[in-house]
Amino acid sequence: MKIYISMDSAAKALGADQVAAGMAAEIAARGLHAEIIRTGSRGMIWLEPLVEIDRGQGREAFGPVSPADVAALLAGTMAGHGPTETIPFLAKQTRLTFARCGVTDPLSLDDYTAHGGLLGLRRALGLSRAEIVAEVTASGLRGRGGAGFPTGIKWNTVLGAQADQKYIVCNADEGDSGTFADRMIMEGDPFCLIEGMVIAGLGVGATKGYVYLRSEYPDAIAVMNAAVDIAREAGVLGADVLGAGQAFDMEIRVGAGAYVCGEETSLLNSLEGKRGVVRAKPPLPALEGFMGKPTVVNNVISLATVPVVFEKGAAHYAAFGLGRSKGTIPIQIAGNVAHGGLFETAFGMPLGVLIDEIAGGTATGRPVKAVQIGGPLGAYFPRSKFDTPFGYEEFDGQGGLIGHAGIVVFDDTADMLGMARFAMEFCAIESCGKCTPCRIGAVRGVETIDRIAQGDGAAVAVLTDLCETMKDGSLCALGGFTPFPVMSALTHFPDDFATRKEAAE
Amino acid sequence: MTRATHPETAEMQAIIDRHLGMEGPLLPMFHALQAEYGYVPAAALPLLADTLNLTVAEVHGVKSFYHDFRDHPAGRHILKICRAEACQAMGANDMSARVLERLGIDWHGTTPDGDVTVEPVYCLGLCACGPAAMVDGRVVGRANSDRLLAEVGA
Ligand SMILES: Cc1cc2nc3c(=O)[nH]c(=O)nc-3n(C[C@H](O)[C@H](O)[C@H](O)COP(=O)(O)O)c2cc1C
Ligand code: SF4
Ligand code: FES
Repeated sequence: MKIYISMDSAAKALGADQVAAGMAAEIAARGLHAEIIRTGSRGMIWLEPLVEIDRGQGREAFGPVSPADVAALLAGTMAGHGPTETIPFLAKQTRLTFARCGVTDPLSLDDYTAHGGLLGLRRALGLSRAEIVAEVTASGLRGRGGAGFPTGIKWNTVLGAQADQKYIVCNADEGDSGTFADRMIMEGDPFCLIEGMVIAGLGVGATKGYVYLRSEYPDAIAVMNAAVDIAREAGVLGADVLGAGQAFDMEIRVGAGAYVCGEETSLLNSLEGKRGVVRAKPPLPALEGFMGKPTVVNNVISLATVPVVFEKGAAHYAAFGLGRSKGTIPIQIAGNVAHGGLFETAFGMPLGVLIDEIAGGTATGRPVKAVQIGGPLGAYFPRSKFDTPFGYEEFDGQGGLIGHAGIVVFDDTADMLGMARFAMEFCAIESCGKCTPCRIGAVRGVETIDRIAQGDGAAVAVLTDLCETMKDGSLCALGGFTPFPVMSALTHFPDDFATRKEAAE
Repeated sequence: MTRATHPETAEMQAIIDRHLGMEGPLLPMFHALQAEYGYVPAAALPLLADTLNLTVAEVHGVKSFYHDFRDHPAGRHILKICRAEACQAMGANDMSARVLERLGIDWHGTTPDGDVTVEPVYCLGLCACGPAAMVDGRVVGRANSDRLLAEVGA
């Protein structure tokens, strides 16, 4: 009998370690022949701690499991969900990037290769640099960090730059509320990110990589460091990658709690040991990045998707999706939601289907009032926008953005004036300080919203003006996009701003 | 746990020197010092400046930019509570207000007995099982105020 229990931090946060310890004790007490394997998470967070048991006929899922359930579970008397793969939330997905996550032991390189790992890298080792970059371009892959810039075009710029040293920098700062895809893949399938970074290095001629990983993720830091050591030991990293005569090595670096350091130029300053102030562009990081050298800066999911593009071919990847949003997107459904977790699907699924059908509405059972998509700089959408298909251009057309593809669901008790105020407060706390409209404007924004809350109707025009100034006068999207959540809250939920006014009158 | 003793110059220098081969070593040095002492001792700044050929003002400027680096010891337990949107959607504001009220402190504060420091954090990647918190580096999902207070022994 094989027993699979996640070691993902969301599973741990819900008690997976205690369940695993209880299972081990019960197995020993009963003298059973059973092996416990810690995996990544399947992404069905509402079922965590999820326990999967394989008695020889495939994995059956049980969850959420508490330590008190352990005896019944091993006795075979606990009701479960049937074969894991048939759970609708999983069965409806197209898992390309997350194919192994939750299935394999994250730190077993053998398990990794048994499930398709390193096939992409082996194929890339047989290609020229230009062919590698062309394959990524043909896949249609766009940056998953937020801006959606075509990954192949970025790589091509770095490929074309002449320098004695180039770098691959992985942006693992994942600061957006409602997002955890980077964390899940780093904890659940770390070799996939490493393989993607090696392929990027081969493609552009970079021999050194860094992962800038936020300090809020101690579990991911531990798994990534262990995985890098294992990969180096096995010759996946080092002076002679897989014996093919090319070099690539990498290091994990830990952030220090600054949201703005997710912005790529701020990240590079931070990595160099400076204040995480945003740099003006040009020069592009692709030409003058880390230490002034040509640098690919890509999000974790962008890089972790590269192996499957090479394993299955660019055409296979590009066949999924909608319009210019090609391939699949790991959507993270969070907040007040019944079935929260990670849902990887081809671009194009309407927002409302994701929320009402896939995620089953709110956790509280109350009506959905608003959803924020794309993190703290993303707009709040009311139900009337729920037919928007999940795609870059489609969201842009509705005054929103998909960002890193996190959806945060709020029920009808949400106070949208409070959420608008929080957006301004967050911008004020996290501003790097370079631009006045962001640094000072956000503070004024909080004050202005407080005035609205106290019944000063004229302050609405001031807030609108202030948002225009922030949009126009900010160097990066922290100051420039904070108006999205603020103005969308004001526009779509005017009652939350008006009732206070009346109450005060 | 970290120890907040009086730091020795030679010991701090040794910690700093461990990172000398790195490209951009300053943040790793700050992290290593804080891991050892629980904060970045002021006496380490001139050592860092000398080692890296920077001014003390520059080193201080970098340290003060980042929310993570403390200049004095924290309480025996560090409770980080997520304040970001997904956790707010699950009642994080009320929960943290109750915790702070019971401890009698505000954000970033430490209880007078030095037992608990409470810090805000903006997302722990546990947004599908909020409200989320972290107690001395251990993650807690679907948190509530009683559970968090129990975890820090209050
Ligand atoms: C304030 C701010 C925060 C950002 N945070 C992140 C982040 O946490 N992770 C990320 O990958 N990109 C983040 N970005 C986007 C990056 O600047 C950059 O576009 C991205 O790392 C490029 O990689 P990609 O092309 O693979 O998406 C942020 C941008 C801004 C303006
Ligand atoms: S908009 Fe804000 S965070 Fe961005 S560069 Fe300007 S001051 Fe810094
Ligand atoms: S918003 Fe609280 S953990 Fe992400």
